[in-house]
Amino acid sequence: MRIKIIYLSISFFIIALTLGFANMDDNSNKKTKEKQAELILDAPFDKVMAVLTHKRCINCHPAGDTPLQGEDSHLHNFDIVRGENDHGLSAYTCNTCHQSENNDYSGVPGAPHWALAPREMVWEGKSRIEIAQQMMDPKRNGGRTHEEIMEHLTEHELVLWAWDPGVDAEGEAREKPPVAKDEFIKAVKEWISDGAIIPSE
Amino acid sequence: MKVSFTINGKLKSVEVSDGNSPLLWAIRDGLDLKGTKFGCGKAACGACTIHVDGKAVRSCSFPTKYAEGKEITTIEGLSVDGRLHPVQQAWKEEVVPQCGYCQPGFMMATAAMLKEIPNPTDDDIDNNIINVCRCATYYRMRKAIHKAAALNSQNS
Repeated sequence: MRIKIIYLSISFFIIALTLGFANMDDNSNKKTKEKQAELILDAPFDKVMAVLTHKRCINCHPAGDTPLQGEDSHLHNFDIVRGENDHGLSAYTCNTCHQSENNDYSGVPGAPHWALAPREMVWEGKSRIEIAQQMMDPKRNGGRTHEEIMEHLTEHELVLWAWDPGVDAEGEAREKPPVAKDEFIKAVKEWISDGAIIPSE
Repeated sequence: MKVSFTINGKLKSVEVSDGNSPLLWAIRDGLDLKGTKFGCGKAACGACTIHVDGKAVRSCSFPTKYAEGKEITTIEGLSVDGRLHPVQQAWKEEVVPQCGYCQPGFMMATAAMLKEIPNPTDDDIDNNIINVCRCATYYRMRKAIHKAAALNSQNS
């Protein structure tokens, strides 16, 4: 009987020790990941790309001709298509439903110039390096200079809508990009002013 | 706030406590024009389709304040001088409606489409008329849309 109690005590001690180490390991991993995230988000390029690869941007830079919508980036309901000028079809445009500001009554998002990004500006499915290369390439960015890209990213109402995305039809707030607006604007300016260098990954 | 606009050819004003409230409410409750229907309330079904400056708009998602100074047309204003609009005539001849609830929205969407695409193909119809009909009158609507296009070209 006494031996059994000793065995049991030793077993409990070993289990507790293991759990303790496992927990320490988890905590340590978490801290390392947080540290890595901090490091990653410290570089202007990384901050910029953390925003541009977020669903608030990607949903309107889809790989196909149909916009994406929602937090799960599903294909836009009712087979909505981009049309010839990226504003929808001639009798059914984006503005049939989307106006120049969010509508909290219907949950329909809105901002000035609501439209899909042109086909040559597809971001869905691309790496952040590919997106950056494409964005800074005048052949694929509508002939924009670095300064014009900076202006577009930091001043265009449709881009800045990402930080004021309103609520959905259920009244749930849409997710904002992972970097604050002011921080993003600062990062864009720093990155482009420093030559818009695209790192290799 | 007071919002003034022309609706079905008449200058009207509505008083709304919130300028963002849907124009549909002002039309139905403020102006007592009940032809435009509330369907889903999230700009998906199209039952509330009206024309704003000639373009189809989902009025459940259109802030009343945006109507200021605009030309609004609802189903009540589609006919002119007591003559049915070709879309209404075609709808009648093809006996399109079943329950009828969604039909004003479809007719307004169709009338707007025919201005842009006078002779729509089946694909044009499928792509541009994406309202929802729970009675599934789509087949009869397609026939009526082609008939309306033909009536339009006869009239012109």
